[in-house]
Amino acid sequence: MSKRVLLGLLLACGLSASALAQEPKTGGVINAVIQPEPPGLMLAMIQNGPTQMVSGNIFEGLLRYSPKLEPLPELAESWTVSEDAKTYTFKLRKGVTWHDGKPFTAADVLFSMEMLKQTHARARTNLAQVDKIEAPDDYTVVFTLKQPFGPFLGIFEVGSMPIVPKHLYEGTDWKTNPYNNAPVGTGPFMFKEWQKGSFIRLVKNPNYYEKGKPYIDEIYWQIIPDAAARSVAYETGKVDVLPGGSVENFDVPRLSKLKDTCVTGAGWEFFSPLAWLWLNNRQGPLADKRVRQAIMYAVDRDFAKDVIWNGLGKVATGPSSSAIKYYTDDVKKYPYDPAKAKALLKEAGYKGEKIRLLPLAYGETWQRWGEAVKQNLTDVGMNIETISTDVAGGNQKIGDWDYDIAFTYLYQYGDPALGVGRNYISSNIAKGQVFNNVEGYSNPEIDKLFADGAIATPDSKRKEIYDKAQKILVEDVPVAWMLELQFPTIMRCKVKNLITTGIGVNDGFKDAWLDK
Amino acid sequence: MLRSPSGVIGIIILLLAISVAVFGPLLFPNSPWRMVQRPFLPPFTLSTVPLGTDALGRDVFAGMIFGARVSLLVGLVSTLVALVVGVPIGAMAGYFGGKVDDALMRFTEFFQTIPSFALAIVLVAILQPSIYSIVASIAVVSWPPVARLVRGEVLSLRTREYVQAAVVTGQSNSWIILREILPNALSPVIVLASLMVATAILLESSLSFLGLGDPNLISWGYMVGAGRTVIRQAWWITVFPGVAILISVLGLNLIGEGLNDALNPRLSREGR
Repeated sequence: MSKRVLLGLLLACGLSASALAQEPKTGGVINAVIQPEPPGLMLAMIQNGPTQMVSGNIFEGLLRYSPKLEPLPELAESWTVSEDAKTYTFKLRKGVTWHDGKPFTAADVLFSMEMLKQTHARARTNLAQVDKIEAPDDYTVVFTLKQPFGPFLGIFEVGSMPIVPKHLYEGTDWKTNPYNNAPVGTGPFMFKEWQKGSFIRLVKNPNYYEKGKPYIDEIYWQIIPDAAARSVAYETGKVDVLPGGSVENFDVPRLSKLKDTCVTGAGWEFFSPLAWLWLNNRQGPLADKRVRQAIMYAVDRDFAKDVIWNGLGKVATGPSSSAIKYYTDDVKKYPYDPAKAKALLKEAGYKGEKIRLLPLAYGETWQRWGEAVKQNLTDVGMNIETISTDVAGGNQKIGDWDYDIAFTYLYQYGDPALGVGRNYISSNIAKGQVFNNVEGYSNPEIDKLFADGAIATPDSKRKEIYDKAQKILVEDVPVAWMLELQFPTIMRCKVKNLITTGIGVNDGFKDAWLDK
Repeated sequence: MLRSPSGVIGIIILLLAISVAVFGPLLFPNSPWRMVQRPFLPPFTLSTVPLGTDALGRDVFAGMIFGARVSLLVGLVSTLVALVVGVPIGAMAGYFGGKVDDALMRFTEFFQTIPSFALAIVLVAILQPSIYSIVASIAVVSWPPVARLVRGEVLSLRTREYVQAAVVTGQSNSWIILREILPNALSPVIVLASLMVATAILLESSLSFLGLGDPNLISWGYMVGAGRTVIRQAWWITVFPGVAILISVLGLNLIGEGLNDALNPRLSREGR
């Protein structure tokens, strides 16, 4: 055999091997943990985290989003925006059927918008800018806005705007519709059974419009109430996927080191959870800007990231997570500097008044974080008293403004108009709610900037406005920003392509496959 | 008391624990919550943190010393409160008998029918976890046995001749209860009290383990609870405070036994 032939053979082998490595395999069952057990699966009416995670595979939105938050086609295969940025035309995919075989058309989209306005609080807010929605034919939907709304293309993710079947819901009482318990969508997986307290089973949609997909035959979402038991279930091979947040952070390094285990922090870009401390701007020492700045200097956020979150995430620089649009780090910096914190407290005339700290009752990680922050603040001379409470009690205290400092984390949904402004504009100060402007910060300039930013065009103008808003907020410290959180997904390396979009596990099983 | 070896060992352990609780914080002025070293430092590697560090890099040894203060304080104070409630109720029930006895004992049984640990959890959860609510809830669940014991003692003592003599000479009821009956009923109560301190320490530890401790005070039970999730990576975080609980509870039980021997000379002599 001549050398050239041999070389050619080797090349051919190498090529085919690498080609094989890229080729998804069909078949197999994936066991994943769902924590906690969702209250229901009808995504249009229930939007808890676990509901989104399971139902994101049953239902679909018009769009999905890349890790950089660029819109990708899903039920809409293309879209155009008019010159004046007020008319958005979506071309729907043809040949899509509901799980019961009925065809999907523009009428379903129109119906979904009407239903969501009544059942989905965030969708209602997002659709407030819409003047009218029309369907010129079965496969075209036209949204006409009252005024240009920059983030409009960012509101069509499945959890934010799921498309529901008109033929099953129209004219029925939505709350008691039997299909709430056996949801029918257009997604890659169909609901099969739900043994309460044990598992939720989804099976492959054989008529899915993307040929060959999904690759997996079945998904079992296992319900295991105890965090330690969830770790054990992974170790013993009962489950293959631990979505972000389903085991305690302290367990992550140990599980990551196990054989054939892959870990990724990706897949949360769309939500970009940002953790901060609510600071009650209304009363006591925290009404003074200098005390709030002192808190930013006093808390060792790198320590929190490295020790409590095991190095995952990023220290936050301001009100926007770095994953969302118009983020800037050209703002005042608050490095860990206890001496400066002490000086600021002295300047503000703080004399050891008692300050109440409310940790988040979401498990060990948050409890430890509360203890570390308390120690940081005690070290610079603040008199901190920790109040321990459960989730509901904490929400109630925060909603009633009965706190001084409180932990929280919120999703930002890719755009400051969707997920940032809501926490700082004064029109969002409303007692009894937990996720609005509960710190009581009120600044007419900020109100105007966020109002203008939402409707300004073009993008460069929006950036200018949001840069300014971020600068002012970081100087004023209405809340103390801590970390951009990352929730690591732990899975066996044989599970491929589970996380390919900015929505992560919530719509990931469409592309996932098992390398057996 | 000093002739019983187990009692002596118990007293030594208790004195040691008390001196650690009283003087330890003077030797370790740093707060046990302070992050002093890298997290998960194994024990016996650095002389500054002899027992290693926990998940946040806090000194386990300092935690144990400050924890002794909380555990002993809760044990002693809640027992005291339980005695203050239980002894008068038991004495009145035993002395007056009849309807008073019925009423007080039904009231006592009301508390006894509820599993004590479950009741303690409910009380702490309702009152918000703090050192006061923990002491109160432990006292609430531990006074009924005191009341029953005192009642039994008083019932048998009040038929004695010297008590009847006091009645005949026209002494007031409170004088008779306080001066004639109670001093003679005290020895079993003291033995019970020493065991109650041990139980109270265990109860406090269990509450803290479940996350219902005072969030501003470190205690042994809290340390065990916080270290539980990482027990496979870092055994020392749970083992040392666990051993501290074991030894102090053991010490108190030995004292109880020693006191029993000492206060019932006849019983102990017959036993040998």
